[in-house]
Amino acid sequence: MNKIDMNKIDMSQIDMGSKIETLPLDRRAFLASSGALVITLAASMEFAAPAKPAQAATNGAATRPPLTGDQLSSYITIDADGTVAAYYGKIDGGQGLGTSIAQMVAEEIDVPFEHVRVVMGDSGRTLDMGGASAAIGVSHGGMVLRRTAALARHILIETAAGALGLPADQLTVTDGVVHAVADGKRSISYAELIGGRYFDSKVDWNGKTSNALAVNVKVPLKTPDQFKVIGKSFRRRDLPGKVFGTLDMVNDMRLPGMLHARMIRPGIAGAVPVKIDESSIAQIPGTQVVWIKDLLAVVAEREWNAVKAARALKVTWSDSQPNFPGNEGLHAHIRNAPVVKRFIQRENGSVEDGFKQAARILEGEYEYPTQSHASMGPACALADVRADAATVWTSTQKPYDAAACVAELLGLPREKVRAIWMFGTGSYGRNDAGDVTADAAVLSQHLRRPVRVQYMRHEGLAWDPKGTASVSRNRAGIDANGKVIAYENIGKAFSRLDISTREARAADVLAGHLLGLPLRPEQSFEIPVASYTFDHGRLGWETIPPLMDRASPLRTSHLRDPYGPPILFGSESFMDEVAAATNMDPVEFRLQYLKNPRDRDAVRIAAEHYGWDKRTSPRKGRGDDIAIGRGIAFRRHFDTFIGLIAEVRVHRATGKIELARYVCAHDVGLIVNPETLRHVIERQLVYGTSRAMFEEVRFDQDMVTSVDWLTYPVLHMTAVPEKIDIVLIDRPEAAPSGAAEMALGLVPAAIGNAVFDATGVRLRRVPFTPERVKTALERA
Amino acid sequence: MQIELHVNGKAQVIEVDDPDMPLLYALRDDLGLSNPRFGCGLGQCGACTVHVDGRAVRSCVTPAAAAAGRQITTLAGLGTPEHPHPVQSAWIEEQVNQCAYCINGWIMTAAELLAHNPQPTETEIKLALDSLICRCGTHAAALRAVKRAAQSA
Repeated sequence: MNKIDMNKIDMSQIDMGSKIETLPLDRRAFLASSGALVITLAASMEFAAPAKPAQAATNGAATRPPLTGDQLSSYITIDADGTVAAYYGKIDGGQGLGTSIAQMVAEEIDVPFEHVRVVMGDSGRTLDMGGASAAIGVSHGGMVLRRTAALARHILIETAAGALGLPADQLTVTDGVVHAVADGKRSISYAELIGGRYFDSKVDWNGKTSNALAVNVKVPLKTPDQFKVIGKSFRRRDLPGKVFGTLDMVNDMRLPGMLHARMIRPGIAGAVPVKIDESSIAQIPGTQVVWIKDLLAVVAEREWNAVKAARALKVTWSDSQPNFPGNEGLHAHIRNAPVVKRFIQRENGSVEDGFKQAARILEGEYEYPTQSHASMGPACALADVRADAATVWTSTQKPYDAAACVAELLGLPREKVRAIWMFGTGSYGRNDAGDVTADAAVLSQHLRRPVRVQYMRHEGLAWDPKGTASVSRNRAGIDANGKVIAYENIGKAFSRLDISTREARAADVLAGHLLGLPLRPEQSFEIPVASYTFDHGRLGWETIPPLMDRASPLRTSHLRDPYGPPILFGSESFMDEVAAATNMDPVEFRLQYLKNPRDRDAVRIAAEHYGWDKRTSPRKGRGDDIAIGRGIAFRRHFDTFIGLIAEVRVHRATGKIELARYVCAHDVGLIVNPETLRHVIERQLVYGTSRAMFEEVRFDQDMVTSVDWLTYPVLHMTAVPEKIDIVLIDRPEAAPSGAAEMALGLVPAAIGNAVFDATGVRLRRVPFTPERVKTALERA
Repeated sequence: MQIELHVNGKAQVIEVDDPDMPLLYALRDDLGLSNPRFGCGLGQCGACTVHVDGRAVRSCVTPAAAAAGRQITTLAGLGTPEHPHPVQSAWIEEQVNQCAYCINGWIMTAAELLAHNPQPTETEIKLALDSLICRCGTHAAALRAVKRAAQSA
């Protein structure tokens, strides 16, 4: 274990991230002409441009070969000045991925970090690597670019061998210059070799796209002892532009002649417009109603007039009676609802026999609420649809899929739609960015003008795809010696895929539904990774029918860590229950049943760092007015291993929980950028605290009633966890795994377990609002 | 009607058809200053915050006409890379943000706090920033940044 102390990092090694992005052309002219904002371009060009080549390059191709996975130029090119361009078919949702990708490429191709620019998520220039997905930006997309960068370096050395008249094995590379090992003066730079031209070399590509895209490169990758760039804490490249207000996001994009649009949504879910009184907006200048089948919008030359018209437009809606169960009746509804699909995802031993042998059986149920993405900004997109082609500007995580969806909606061939990803409001899953992109495209096609759509606040909360509510049922069979011999965990929920997280089909966006396509749900939920070694185990799930068959404000899809919080709140709270029932310390209990060394280390290191004293929960002295407790939760997700400890203060009189401390032991394998990793973990723990403590989509029988920040409360500054200790477990020998969402899923169970330790009362329902906690305390 | 707005030290006249139009739309759509952002339109989140005569206000609920003739400062006008405001420097040092859609509210509100209370306590900082929303969970980092800015001032 190699704990990295940020205080001991040599600041001279840290990239001067305060270099400011300033685009060489007038920003808006640049955007309009190129249609893309390449945020890293100027940062690398302006401050650290490599020397201009002494002679023009002649190797490679003059024009870029086709954008296909078997072409090296689809991944890596060299600018005329020697800057390395890396084409990353994913996106940076705000967690610094662009910086880490630049590090990985710089390492393998042997140029300084500053000499790499990363082009992201533009279906016209970058391969479909799936956009953002499952926190695999480094482990998958990053590794593809690392391998192709190694191949590019190899080809450049081979080419240099010919130019210098030396065998390739006598050459090496320093900062983008190939030179003889023995004589540094016998050299030729990357810029001189191929700058401004394109590799015409092939890559052994697996023929797949999206997350499955992979390349086989025989050139060996650098080993950790050779790393100069990977493992260092370069600063985020995107931050200066954000801090000084110079970075344009998708909502800041303007197109000549564009119209502003606002969508009109019904007050009762499922209602569709039957009559429009256009005179109701006649006095608002430059406005127009767009009504296509059930899709209704207003557009205006001025944005404010579109907002006003959306408020003023008189619409007669069809009668709709959704008969939603309401958020208070939701978990009873889930328990009673018919099962669409039951799937036992993992079974070992014989669970029925195990329970028969048990001396006693413990059962525990846990309820998780519906939650909204509640993105900071309501979604925004622009579209410019012409007769035979279309361009959309979007901050969706899935620009390639959004392009496919738009092509289907517009009746255009897939290759005629270009989706250009831009920075936007933070996106952590399938939020409303795909819906707004489709709306913009449909409106632009209809109006034959570029259209910018921005949703209003109520749409960002009431109409985004939701993270599903669930009921987690747990059972444990314990033998006469107190050993757990059987365990069953069944989660019952809406499918996490009412609409596909990939939004590639018209049936997956609101516009598609309003134009007549019904929901095409897939059936899926998940199970906790079976890390605990019980003799007999059964882990499975059951899905129930969606509440409405199209255009539902409660349609479900992936919300950040799509199944972690609901499933782990159940399974990791229940492990704590079993530990208490068998008179074991919660850490000791987990270590008894975890056998994998990386599993065990995550729990052990978290406990050691916290200063965990071995004892059973609940603690003594829990009758205090302010009760203090600690709780642990553990998970493995892919090859990420996390132990999270929460320490809480529970105010008995009010039910208020204060977060005194988190300790998070985090093993992600190889660490590419420690500071960015800490950054990502800390912020997701704060975000996870908001989900656990505050967030629940409220709805009545007709409609979602969480429509603003008062009716969908989230964490504010005064509720921020007081101390967050992150212990990075560095394993340079292990492949890098993901980090962007794995820790947050542990937050509800860690807090719930800490409340149990403090008070002896088990919380079985998220969010842990003071009213709910107080009620639970009073019932005990 | 015409409204004269003094933004980042520069006076500009805009022509509006509704004097109640919020300042946010005047800044973004009429003056092309895109960085104050629409977050809620209700004054609940802070993404649209600018300074008017040194006070942090939510431009989404402030009529443009009410800001006429007063000194308006946006995040881009608060400081530059060459002459950063201490809060901006601290934000870079602490690498606070992820998406940064909310950033106007945090930096402009913190700058107002430090202008009136250069050495705030932790509780004062938390209370001053408690009406802001951030969905990336940067709160702890923002708190560190404001403390750093207070120390450097």
